[in-house]
Amino acid sequence: MRKIVQAVAVTGILAVALSACGSKSDSGTGTNNTNPGSGGKALKACMVLDVGGVDDRSFNQSSWKGMTDAKQANSNLAISYVASASQNDYTPNLNAEVAKGCQTTIAVGGLMTDAMIKIAKKNPTKKFGIIDSNTGQPNVYGMQFNTAQGAFLGGYLAAGMTKTGKVATFGGVNIPPVTIYMDGFWEGVQYYNQQKNKNVQVLGWNEKNQKAGTFANSFTDQNKGKSISAAFAQQGADIIFPVAGGTGLGAGALAQSSGGKVNVMWVDTDGCVSAPQYCKYFITSVVKNLADAVNKYVTAAASGAFPTGTSIGTLKNQGTGLAPFHEFASKVPSSLQSELTQVKADIISGKIKITSPAQPK
Amino acid sequence: MSTPTATDPPPPTDPEDAVPQPPARSWGTRALDAVRYGNAVVVTVLALLVAVVVGGLLIAVADEPTRQAMHYFFSYPWDTFSRAWSAVSSAYGALLKGAILDPHALSSGSLTEIFNPLSETVLNSIPLILAGLSVGLAFRAGLFNIGAQGQIILGAIFAGYVGFAWHLPVVIHLLVALAAGIIGGAIWGGVAGVLKAKTGAHEVITTIMLNYVAVYLLAYLLGVKGFQRPPYQQAISRVVDTNATLPHLLGSDLRLHAGIIIALAAAVGVGWLLDRSTTGFQLRAVGANPSAARTAGMSVERNYILVMVLAGALAGLAGCSQILGTNPAITADIDGGFGFDGITVALLGRGRPGGTVLAGLLFGALRAGGVAMQSDTGTPIDLVVVIQSLIVLFIAAPPLIRSIFRLKAARGAGVGGSQLAKGWNG
Repeated sequence: MRKIVQAVAVTGILAVALSACGSKSDSGTGTNNTNPGSGGKALKACMVLDVGGVDDRSFNQSSWKGMTDAKQANSNLAISYVASASQNDYTPNLNAEVAKGCQTTIAVGGLMTDAMIKIAKKNPTKKFGIIDSNTGQPNVYGMQFNTAQGAFLGGYLAAGMTKTGKVATFGGVNIPPVTIYMDGFWEGVQYYNQQKNKNVQVLGWNEKNQKAGTFANSFTDQNKGKSISAAFAQQGADIIFPVAGGTGLGAGALAQSSGGKVNVMWVDTDGCVSAPQYCKYFITSVVKNLADAVNKYVTAAASGAFPTGTSIGTLKNQGTGLAPFHEFASKVPSSLQSELTQVKADIISGKIKITSPAQPK
Repeated sequence: MSTPTATDPPPPTDPEDAVPQPPARSWGTRALDAVRYGNAVVVTVLALLVAVVVGGLLIAVADEPTRQAMHYFFSYPWDTFSRAWSAVSSAYGALLKGAILDPHALSSGSLTEIFNPLSETVLNSIPLILAGLSVGLAFRAGLFNIGAQGQIILGAIFAGYVGFAWHLPVVIHLLVALAAGIIGGAIWGGVAGVLKAKTGAHEVITTIMLNYVAVYLLAYLLGVKGFQRPPYQQAISRVVDTNATLPHLLGSDLRLHAGIIIALAAAVGVGWLLDRSTTGFQLRAVGANPSAARTAGMSVERNYILVMVLAGALAGLAGCSQILGTNPAITADIDGGFGFDGITVALLGRGRPGGTVLAGLLFGALRAGGVAMQSDTGTPIDLVVVIQSLIVLFIAAPPLIRSIFRLKAARGAGVGGSQLAKGWNG
């Protein structure tokens, strides 16, 4: 037993030495994200994250940001999240949130569709939300995004900015939430060619051939992203649009080593915020506004009105679009910027038809 | 769970691991000796205890209110302790609640709510037990099977494909799907076995590499029409026919399914194979000393292939439980980390079927409780992984536990460590 005592003593002294000389503040205990059972009236809004953790710089992070944004504006919200370590956690996590008494639970990710349908049926009085899916259940609100529209603008911009006449895109995995961006990008370039009678080529993807295309088969492998980007640069591409999460950072690394000859268009979030180290090389980002959709849903729920049905994020409702140009603001010609405004208006009005098969219906 | 197969086989007592006892001594003295000398069970329990204590320290340190109180530790030391205590007790309370019983459910009286935690615990333990048996069996033949992940994936792919692409009558469909899953896992394990036997390629390397092949094969399949689910919006497979799913054991509201019967039967089967059959004797002989086994006329190569095929088949069954029981469709992470947890389960179970079942139940309880802990108290679920790892760490190093608790050194109180570490020397 003496050793334990010694160990405890040493640990204690260390802990004290580290930080124990302050004085007590009266601000009380600030719980970080959960406040179970606090306040009778607070609406418990809970979130089940997909794999990757709350700080994934992408999907989970921006969804959770929507919750924290809503919480800031609505003091009667009690928000919390649980992370999933794998798909096996979807059902138990959703069940645990319902059992905890969450009035509404948001599932982050279309892969939770099966689990969500079952649990929504079992708990008809509870309200749910799900991202990237349309379950068709009356008590589940779907939040989907037509990111092909934002990517269309990105493609048009890239075609207008390229000096070599070649642009490139690659994906993480060949699934619709990824290829929808690549489709939009490809269509944007084709539209530019048609309008300007040019022949800008897209490497890595062709909407007409959905089985082919360049994929890293990873959302994390930066080296793979860099080697793919290097191959594109070798073939003459000077703008690369990676749709592959963290793998895309490899494209940023390549742009850096090329000294700015190759530039990048980021995806999902504003790259200058989520990956500021490569901001210099980001022309812009094609964003998917998860935070906004979640914020709107939870805010409405906090006021007692649970939205039903499905929302589709589009250019019109700012669910998708282009991020600010940041360091490229002075490099994108103003004529091109005004053309983009026109293209955006034409997509919203339906004058430009987007044909990507991956669009949510 | 009252089926005949459900009764655990008594943990086989290996003469090497028992503390030698003169027969005349009373039960009390023997118990005292077990504690003083730290036999295998005592070391395991103490390792658990230490892991829980260290985990508790981590919970306290991760707890925001506790950290705030630490800043003024000298003026109000009691604050730190009371907040740490409340953080730790609520986290572990939630863990128990999610793993065993929620006291609130008792008052509500709903049977579903009362049995849900146990159902989740046992459900989680199914793939853990099967993967643990897979790793443990290979251990006994001196091979270190790191490939349970890949074997689970292949088992799930085969069983899942038969489950959703074929349409057969009830019972038959399930049996055929199970057989397919076993074959899938056995092929994947067998490849590593053949490589080991014919070329001497180290199974640690080949099984890890085969894991990658399996992961990317599945990623590819999830984009192939016929495998992927229409309207092709997500990387998820088609849904397995109800004819091919394992029946629920405790009603449709509780997720526990018949996979547990398969897992327990597999444990009994592996126990019989190892201790009662000639094949098992050969496997153990090869594991203990390949050269001696060869001299005695046994084919080391044949046994390497055989044990890897069997280990793969067991992991394939874990894949079956995942796709035919727990999840209705295959996604990219269908193995859910069970393949690697199988290694720790086998270590904790000391490579024996009975121990593996108990270790699987323990880790299953930790997984099930971790969900409730995360949901109720916001304690990150990663803590469960830390506790699991600490348990195995302490068990793998019995001298550490003995020195902490000042136990006297006893012969063979370890893990049967020589056996478990053997895979590295090939």
